[in-house]
Amino acid sequence: MPITETHEIHKRRFGRNLGVALTLLGFVAIVFMLTMSKIRNGGSVEAFDHSVRPSITQSEGESQ
Amino acid sequence: MSDFTANTSSTPQEAQFGDYIALLKPRVMSLVVFTAFVGLMVAPVSVPPVDAFTAILFIALGGGASGALNMWYDRDIDQVMKRTQSRPIPSGRVAPGEALSLGLWLSALSVVMLGLAANWFAAAFLAFTIFFYAVVYTVWLKRWTPQNIVIGGAAGAFPPMIGWAVATGGVSIESVLMFALIFMWTPPHFWALALFMKSDYDEAKVPMLTVTHGRPHTRKMVLVYTLLLAPVAIATGLTSIGGPVYMAAAVVLNILFVKGGYDIWKRTEAQALEDDYKTEKKVFRFSLLYLFLHFGALLAEAGLSSFGLGGW
Repeated sequence: MPITETHEIHKRRFGRNLGVALTLLGFVAIVFMLTMSKIRNGGSVEAFDHSVRPSITQSEGESQ
Repeated sequence: MSDFTANTSSTPQEAQFGDYIALLKPRVMSLVVFTAFVGLMVAPVSVPPVDAFTAILFIALGGGASGALNMWYDRDIDQVMKRTQSRPIPSGRVAPGEALSLGLWLSALSVVMLGLAANWFAAAFLAFTIFFYAVVYTVWLKRWTPQNIVIGGAAGAFPPMIGWAVATGGVSIESVLMFALIFMWTPPHFWALALFMKSDYDEAKVPMLTVTHGRPHTRKMVLVYTLLLAPVAIATGLTSIGGPVYMAAAVVLNILFVKGGYDIWKRTEAQALEDDYKTEKKVFRFSLLYLFLHFGALLAEAGLSSFGLGGW
């Protein structure tokens, strides 16, 4: 059932709720930016899953 | 009918968002941010800006989490001492259990996020630092030995090593010397403060050197530690992160700090009372500048080296 009436607690805890909301939004933004950074800087985005991957084979060849 | 019962009673002492921030000791966090940032920037391996920002943020959050755990454990003595009575737990705004769970969850989050942003060595180092501050210092040393400041100071000295580990994934002589610089600086810094701060540690039964060994002994120890600190500061300048700028700053700052330690040592308590601890206050303020300028000079060397200058 949706909340239709504004209780006094909503007003009293507004600052606290807003702080939590902004913190969570900031956390989502950080995880997103970190993900983009890792991909852009060539972090490992694929792993061996029993199928032939030219990219993996090539890197193995280079290291030898 | 609802199976959910909300506590809607209005309490005048209800916690605001700022109270949860206060549990994280923001002033301590700012020192952690600065020294970890310098540790990361002077390392020989460059880190992408977003990764570096995230790493510093979660190192700071880990430091904050250990602050919350410290406030949870020390809530009994915080209630006794005037300086800490207005903290969120003793004032009744935040329940002890809330502070404990905030500290534990933020510790776990900061360690995992640092592992993902940087590497698992740095993450393990952060976990150890949180453990060291919350358990070794807060639970074990603080109420047991007057050497609490000396050994416990290690917790505040780890951040530049973690910053270095974020970039390099390891430990080296440079990062150990940055640790040693803060570690040796903490006792004279804190004891200079303890000499002029009228504190109620005695009532709280926390063994402070000024109470257990007397003020003349504390004065002597301030001088001893400034003398022990100087070679550490100079040795840092001889490594790959040092250079002429750092060395010039270190020589001047250490001469002045040893002089300050000597001035404190030769004074009697009567002389200090007469001028309201003028020298002690001056040395304490200088100690803050001392640390800031040492790490600032290391940062300057790193900045200059990107222009082909700086370093030896």
